Amino acid sequence: MIVYQNVTKYYGNNIGIENVNIHINKGDFVFLVGPSGAGKSTFIKLLLKELNADSGSIKMNDMEITNLSNRLIPKLRRSTGIVFQDFRLLPKKTVFENVAFAMEIIHMSSRTIRRQVPQVLSLVGISSKADKYPHELSAGEQQRVAIARAIVNNPAVLIADEPTGNLDPETAWDIMRLLDKINRRGTTILMVTHAKDIVDRMGKRVVAIEKGRIVRDDAEGAYGIND
Amino acid sequence: MIRSIGYAIKQAVTQVFRNRTMTIASMFSITAMLLILGLFFILVVNVNLASENVKKQFDSIQLYLLETTDKNTAQGMIDSLNSMPEVNEAIYVDKDTAMQEFRNSWGNKAYLLDGVDPNPLPNSIKITVSNLEDADLVVEVAKTFQGVEDIKYYQTEVNQVLKITDYIQVGALVIIVFLIFVSVVVVSNTVKLTVLAREREISIMKYIGATNWFIRGPFLAEGMLIGCFSAILSAGLISFIYYKICELFSLRALALLSTSLVPLNFLIWNLVWIFISLGVCIGAFGSIVSMRRFLDT
Repeated sequence: MIVYQNVTKYYGNNIGIENVNIHINKGDFVFLVGPSGAGKSTFIKLLLKELNADSGSIKMNDMEITNLSNRLIPKLRRSTGIVFQDFRLLPKKTVFENVAFAMEIIHMSSRTIRRQVPQVLSLVGISSKADKYPHELSAGEQQRVAIARAIVNNPAVLIADEPTGNLDPETAWDIMRLLDKINRRGTTILMVTHAKDIVDRMGKRVVAIEKGRIVRDDAEGAYGIND
Repeated sequence: MIRSIGYAIKQAVTQVFRNRTMTIASMFSITAMLLILGLFFILVVNVNLASENVKKQFDSIQLYLLETTDKNTAQGMIDSLNSMPEVNEAIYVDKDTAMQEFRNSWGNKAYLLDGVDPNPLPNSIKITVSNLEDADLVVEVAKTFQGVEDIKYYQTEVNQVLKITDYIQVGALVIIVFLIFVSVVVVSNTVKLTVLAREREISIMKYIGATNWFIRGPFLAEGMLIGCFSAILSAGLISFIYYKICELFSLRALALLSTSLVPLNFLIWNLVWIFISLGVCIGAFGSIVSMRRFLDT
């Protein structure tokens, strides 16, 4: 599914990530943890081809990403759902339109869009807010919309970059339950987080990065003792 | 493809209405440019028409005949003139007809001529040349005729007028090209503001996997739509202004410059097409220019 082989990325003289090797299987739920500046964001940005690796190979669904041409970047990003800490919803579009947009860019017919968007909105539990604009929603609701947008095209991988970072603990747990539900449907989830209690209680695979290197990879791990 | 175009147009229409302030701001700047452009266009077209008229009116040579020259001699001159390929037409104008024409040109003040008796105007031959440049040649021939008192023609004057109109036309064209350039800059700056306001939106679109053309499409359509609206608005305004100008100056222009203004209908339809194509191009070009920076991966 996702394979990093000896991947290195430097920012001038500073280490982004160094010699990273990892293998993530289809259907995995992986927490990527570590202190700020450890290289978690670099890890994700390389996967989305927002940055180019200095050396090594990154494969997703057998597609080599390191030498992907600019023209194919949109295709790569479409096969990946992305959720951010700050939601990144389109402010001038309604909930329905935000989710529909992800389908419009892959040229789905409006009939398919009208059928599929309500299903996804119902899956994430915000059917009743379809006509609202993002600023009319609570943080938790906005994150649900973002998740709906990320999964509406049935991506194989869902990348969540601190999806609970802006949420209160209770709402954070709602979101985690939702992500778990999506994972059970077969979507691989790669989640960057600082939320110790969440990582500890979920009991999923934990990959810890420090100073650009993978220092721990536990199949059913915890956040870590020192953090 | 068709679905994408449809999507872009639908999005553009929505955006135009949602971002009303920006739409109006852009529309005003394009409309202002097109208005100035239109006024110069009207100037060029009218100067063109005036110079054509001047050419037509003054491409004639007058031969004033002596009192002693009889009609038969005059007819001989006319025949030999008409046989020249450079001459379009040579006609005899007797002194009474000349007086009548003179009276007509004085209009309602013609009564002042009532006291002029006997008629002081001579009989004459009016020669129209096919080509103004050949006037000299015809004059040389006319000089050889016996019984001619004086020869009048306006080649130098006409050439001067034509030279001036040439300068006006070239000048106006330079200004028009300059204005088009300025409007592209103004529009691309205005669109850049809209794009800037939506930079975050564009980055989100790219994250979700939208292609550059998919992102550009609605902005492009938006620019073209704004350009089109502005074109219609400015064409309407120009028509109104020109209608007023015609109403006020048509007669005066005829009296002063012995030329009429280009008819409103002819001008408007040309202007509408020119403006719409220009507006749409300015809008499209402005959008593309202003988005370049935001679409680098």
